Amino acid sequence: MTAKQISVFLENKPGQLTEFAKLLEQHGINMHALCVADAKDFGILRIIVDDSYKTACVLKEADYVFSITPVLAVEMPDKPGSLARILDLLAENEINLEYTYAFTSRKEGYAYMILRVTDNERAIEVLGENGVKLICQHDMGGIFCQ
Amino acid sequence: MPNYYQPEVECASRDQIKAWQDERLVKQVKHVYDNVPYYRNLMEKKGVVPEDIRSTEDLNKLPFLTKDDLREAYPYGLLAVPLSDCVRIQSTSGTTGRRVVAFYTQHDLDLWDDCCARAIVAAGGTKDDVVHVCYGYGLFTGGPGLNGGSHKVGSLTLPMSSGNTDRQIQFMCDLGSTILCCTPSYAAYLAESIYERGLQDQIKLKAGIFGAEAWSEEMRQDIQNKLHIKAYDIYGLTEISGPGVSFECSAQGGMHVNEDHFIAEIIDPVTGEVLPDGEKGELVFTSITKQAFPLLRYRTRDICVLNREKCSCGRTHVRMSKPMGRSDDMLIVKGVNVFPSQIETVLLNKGYPANYQIIVTRENNSDKLEVLVEMTPEMFSDELSKITVREKELNGALKAMLGIYAVVKLVTPKSITRSEGKAVRVIDKRNLY
Repeated sequence: MTAKQISVFLENKPGQLTEFAKLLEQHGINMHALCVADAKDFGILRIIVDDSYKTACVLKEADYVFSITPVLAVEMPDKPGSLARILDLLAENEINLEYTYAFTSRKEGYAYMILRVTDNERAIEVLGENGVKLICQHDMGGIFCQ
Repeated sequence: MPNYYQPEVECASRDQIKAWQDERLVKQVKHVYDNVPYYRNLMEKKGVVPEDIRSTEDLNKLPFLTKDDLREAYPYGLLAVPLSDCVRIQSTSGTTGRRVVAFYTQHDLDLWDDCCARAIVAAGGTKDDVVHVCYGYGLFTGGPGLNGGSHKVGSLTLPMSSGNTDRQIQFMCDLGSTILCCTPSYAAYLAESIYERGLQDQIKLKAGIFGAEAWSEEMRQDIQNKLHIKAYDIYGLTEISGPGVSFECSAQGGMHVNEDHFIAEIIDPVTGEVLPDGEKGELVFTSITKQAFPLLRYRTRDICVLNREKCSCGRTHVRMSKPMGRSDDMLIVKGVNVFPSQIETVLLNKGYPANYQIIVTRENNSDKLEVLVEMTPEMFSDELSKITVREKELNGALKAMLGIYAVVKLVTPKSITRSEGKAVRVIDKRNLY
């Protein structure tokens, strides 16, 4: 029930992200979600793509340093309080959140978040029990072609 | 099983070596005094005449020669035979200033080749080996030296010269190279390239003879593991002859100086006082058999230690440590002496690649030391905090080694220029001179 996030090391200098985006374009890879965490001299680009296997091959070939991490992609009603409810569930069960970022889809009335937690299995269990919908990598394409 | 090229010389008694040195030194001083007005002047200024030099004990009466003297006397000022007796010129790579040229008679070349042959045999070389020389050929002494040595041993010599990595690897596979001679940074680069091409099973190398630049013990381990070879160090300088002034044996515990040709001393680089064995100081060489370009008490600028303890390999010649730094690549940052090799040691210890670059800048009259390190998959994480922790660990280890703070900067993999010759490890942007 997880999505495959690809995290990529990018040096903090002009043109790095452009070069990266062009590489994905050349190989026809589409990004569903993106977030950049930046330190002083470098950044970590985190993306969810349509074809993570192909992306990994392309990145390896181009000498990028990257890792693949299973993260939770959560679907929630696009209205106030949705996120708070999910975060409450995690907190109540002492599941720590490392980082999170939002993305959108073509599905009307819904919002999406990526959650990187300390314990995926526990989080899946807790969220599942409470009827929170998780999108796995396999179903990721579905919310983008309505 | 120890391997010697000239056992009667390499394993001679200390008394025998001393006797050779005494006799050859006396002769050499007279030869230089009579034929090199530049050095005669230096001797006269010091009030020394050839008769004052009766044995190696009198060596310290002689004046020093430095690279500045070589530049001043360029090109013929230190030549001791008629130019018509010379058959070869070699030149330094010129990384630290004006070029220096050295001259050789046929006799000089023969002795130089012998020195390199000793190094190849010590590394296990025989007439059945294929010696792959990818030191540069030409003015640089690396290629010609090992080439000549390999011929003396009777090995099949592959005069590859430097560069064109694809061809190097192809010949290595196709022609079964067994002994690799190049700079250690190029050896590391070759190892990496061989793995990238998945050709590691087709490589038949058993040994490598690596020199011409500083490398650490950790880098040695790295190369040995990757190429499945034993890596031997070799030392030399164009001014004295070229590679083979000293070389490592299978004990890998220092390089035996070819004392029948070169007398080694360690001096205090500030006072010029000769230091006892075991003390760290500047290495000085006196060449006692060279005809064309015989330098007396030449200051190498290499900082090392001499060790006269008996070596397990059976050789009796004094061993010099790997140079711990060169005064010309030693950096003084915030008043502290920093050697690139120290930084390399820390990086390799912590599992980082040996490919790094040191950048020194000065901001508001304060020096800043920056170390560029390539990001590796092992070091990477999707969490910023984990990378930061590793960065801090590295900062701490560098501080402990250097005594000053160095800023670690993680950069894109393979973005630091890979060398096919000497590595550019240090960029000093301070414009101090």
